[in-house]
Amino acid sequence: MLKVHSIETFGTHDGPGIRLVIFTQGCPFRCAYCHNPDSQTWNNPKAIELTAEDIIERLQKEKPYFKNGGGVTFSGGEPTLQTKELLPICQQIKQAGFHITLDTCGGIFTEETQQLYDLCDLVMLDVKHINRDWHVKLTKHSNDTVLKNAHYREQTGKELWLRYVLVPGWTDQDEYLKEWAQYFSDFKSITKAQILPYHLLGVHKYAELGLDYILDGVRAATESDAQRAKKIFEKHLKAVEIA
Amino acid sequence: MNNPVPFKENLWQEEINVRDFLYSNITRYDGDASFLSQPTSVTKKLWNKCKKLLAQERENGGILDIDVKTISSITSHKPGYIDKTLEKIVGVQTDKPLKRSIKPFGGWRVVDKACEENGYTLDPKVVEIFSKYRKSHNDGVFDAYTDEMRKLRGSGLITGLPDNYARGRIIGDYRRLALYGLDRLIEAKEADKKNLDSDMTNDLIQLREEVSEQIRALGMVGEMAKSYGIDVSKPAQTAQEAIQYTYLAYLAAVKEQDGAAMSLGNVSSFFDVYIERDLQAGVLTEAQAQELVDHFVMKLRLVRHLRMDEYNQLFAGDPTWVTEVIGGVFKDGTHKVTKTSFRFLQTLYNLGPAPEPNLTILWHENLPEGFKQFAAQVSIDTSSLQYENDELMSHSGDCDDYCIACCVSMMETGKEMQFFGARCNLAKTLLLAINEGRDEFTNTEIIPDIEPLPEGELDYVEVERRFNKAMSYIAKAYVNTMNVIHYMHDKYYYERAQLAFMDTHINRNMAFGAAGLSVAADSLSAIKYAKVTAVRNDQGLATEFKITGDFPMYGNDDDRVDDIAKTLVHDFNQELAKHHIYRDATPTLSVLTITSNVVYGKKTGATPDGRKAHEAFAPGANPMHGRDKSGAVASLNSVAKIDYNDARDGVSNTFSIVPKSLGSKKKDQVGNLSNMLDGYFAKHAHHLNVNVLNKDTLLDAVAHPEKYPQLTIRVSGYAVNFIRLSREQQQEVIARTFHETM
Repeated sequence: MLKVHSIETFGTHDGPGIRLVIFTQGCPFRCAYCHNPDSQTWNNPKAIELTAEDIIERLQKEKPYFKNGGGVTFSGGEPTLQTKELLPICQQIKQAGFHITLDTCGGIFTEETQQLYDLCDLVMLDVKHINRDWHVKLTKHSNDTVLKNAHYREQTGKELWLRYVLVPGWTDQDEYLKEWAQYFSDFKSITKAQILPYHLLGVHKYAELGLDYILDGVRAATESDAQRAKKIFEKHLKAVEIA
Repeated sequence: MNNPVPFKENLWQEEINVRDFLYSNITRYDGDASFLSQPTSVTKKLWNKCKKLLAQERENGGILDIDVKTISSITSHKPGYIDKTLEKIVGVQTDKPLKRSIKPFGGWRVVDKACEENGYTLDPKVVEIFSKYRKSHNDGVFDAYTDEMRKLRGSGLITGLPDNYARGRIIGDYRRLALYGLDRLIEAKEADKKNLDSDMTNDLIQLREEVSEQIRALGMVGEMAKSYGIDVSKPAQTAQEAIQYTYLAYLAAVKEQDGAAMSLGNVSSFFDVYIERDLQAGVLTEAQAQELVDHFVMKLRLVRHLRMDEYNQLFAGDPTWVTEVIGGVFKDGTHKVTKTSFRFLQTLYNLGPAPEPNLTILWHENLPEGFKQFAAQVSIDTSSLQYENDELMSHSGDCDDYCIACCVSMMETGKEMQFFGARCNLAKTLLLAINEGRDEFTNTEIIPDIEPLPEGELDYVEVERRFNKAMSYIAKAYVNTMNVIHYMHDKYYYERAQLAFMDTHINRNMAFGAAGLSVAADSLSAIKYAKVTAVRNDQGLATEFKITGDFPMYGNDDDRVDDIAKTLVHDFNQELAKHHIYRDATPTLSVLTITSNVVYGKKTGATPDGRKAHEAFAPGANPMHGRDKSGAVASLNSVAKIDYNDARDGVSNTFSIVPKSLGSKKKDQVGNLSNMLDGYFAKHAHHLNVNVLNKDTLLDAVAHPEKYPQLTIRVSGYAVNFIRLSREQQQEVIARTFHETM
């Protein structure tokens, strides 16, 4: 059984086409800007449990909408936290012929997660900061496993998208943006690099959950912030887009 | 023009058969929108004049002027112009654009009231004629109504009945005037009449009289055209003539009739045959072709009818339903998209968004990609389009030349008509079942012999049994009421101008309707899956319901409740089909509310789904506001489960989504919307209104209407100018689910 935080049947931001997005419960990271803080902890009374059959049934119902590359996306929370459950589920989904996207923070690197990566048609990897210290400051974890996962995906030659949340004062330093892009400039598996401008829409959830908001007072990223980052990325990477 | 290239010959020359002409001569277009032209300077000038008139009309409280003396007919008014020197397509309903006329044949009291409400006085002569010498449709209906019918009408169980206004929804095949010319059409009708000669039954006498009226109307069309200096006796030779003649035929209809929906048909690809020929001959440029279409559409935007306030509550925003269908495929699988399909959509850019004409895309998987993308783009930019499932309709109706009356009612062009019949309130019917057949507000008995329910928690089986009984009773009374109405309409306000452009032997549907589907389905679901107890007043009437526990709600792709909704529609349709129907019409059913979901809600007490008394229903077949919580696809899939074969008059779904939720970039948004439509219709869904806008825009428009003169939004099978809705209706639109993903 997969522990699931919530489901979106019309996902248009988490992979190609129209997607059934399954947000799993639980995450090893504690990203300062997480817009779904109630998906971080393992315990959530509102979480539901789904079997492979449940998910495939939902996919069958949604199949006519998947014409231009649509399918299922596992997002979170952090789906690889439930790799053991996800492996057989993804095997069955593959057999049923659906496109699978894994939206991951790359925080876990094991033999099983490698098998899971192999099963997914597309991996969207959030590399939240290229600087190790900043990454820790931002997520409470280092980026070692994240980069290992990126290299693993590159080694398999299967499709990889990179994602980057642009937070003013936290992740928008020119030198790190440049370093980030340079780091991946030789990767052949990357078909898209998405910049996600930081927004404030998730902030109210922290107050509701009684949590402190580390980024309190940080402004949302503007269009011109995003354009500036895009320019820097584009010097080293192809297919950079602002999501 | 001298000796134009002849059209390809075929059956259409032997008989009146526009479909065959189109099929034989169509030039399909598979490309994109890049060929389209901007408005010409003449178009801009002319549209600016219209915009001024429209602003004056708004400032005047909604009506620019009324001719209170002249009873409107095809030839009643002298020609009118916006600016004769600029107009490529001429003709308005009266001697001035936007000046409304009186049409008292439906019911003179309504006309009198509408005049009075707008500060005018109806000419006493007209009152005298209609109160002393000439009976109207409305008088006829009330002569024949039974006490029971009056009671049903008064309780709000059946609302919007066309018993004091014209029924509309009859679409002449106006293309016939362009293709054949008047002489040939009169000749054909004369021949038909000659053949109507056997035992003189009521039916035959009625039809002979009707055909005579049609011939008379055709003569008047010729006269009206002449007053504009146009001779329509022979077939149109050029694109300009084809559009002009078609428009004059339509104009005749809206001069004589003020039916709720006076729809246009499917003219765009027909026009294209002429436009393409002129383009090939080098006598027309693309800019000129677009100009003709723009001017034609401008005229359609100026169509007006005189309405009273009460009517506006049911059908808000002064709609006229000049519905034009675009796209679709022929039976052999070839599509009907032409460059003029694009040109019609382009008017929404050239003239800005507008609710009329009610542009309706007949969506089919096999439509060319370029057209699908353009339509999706236009939806995203203007929220002015609706989409209907071509495959479902052409298969079910067994024809490929059809149009849509009003919002969702399919009919074969020139061969099929309907008797329009408002709608029955299913949610209130359920309350009657719970309240021993008594009205939940007035305690009046509406349905006899409904036994009281056992005390305590509502039992699904017990409620269902009473509900079925109530539905069966209502269905019978509803059919009877409709029979009376349409008998009288045929007798006192026959649509000669529309029927003159249709086959003499016509197929008739009687279009019933259901409102409050999602409320009724969720209520039954609550009774079945949660614990519901009625709180009753001292008269024993349920005033509210206590619900303990969760229950599945329609709109989340959950079969447990979706099947209840589906079965409800099926059962009600079956009940309607049990009864005798006027002129042997085929009963059909729609799940459509127009904007009357607000009024219906007002007239309905608290319901077992937790909805409070007087709260608005969701429109059409929509899930109730905010209850579809599993994302857009789940919501769409629930509605798609309603079987079109149970609701052949249409299943309306109005969908609102914020632009960002369709995708982050315009290109993705267009692709995803197009895919969403493919997916939805592959699930055998029937109809979708698409709104792509942010709630904030609407809130701002409520506060600053002057900033949004052309803000258009799809409501339920039609589009309205948002700022022309009442405050209450604006609030209901804003309360609807806006699909948003984050």
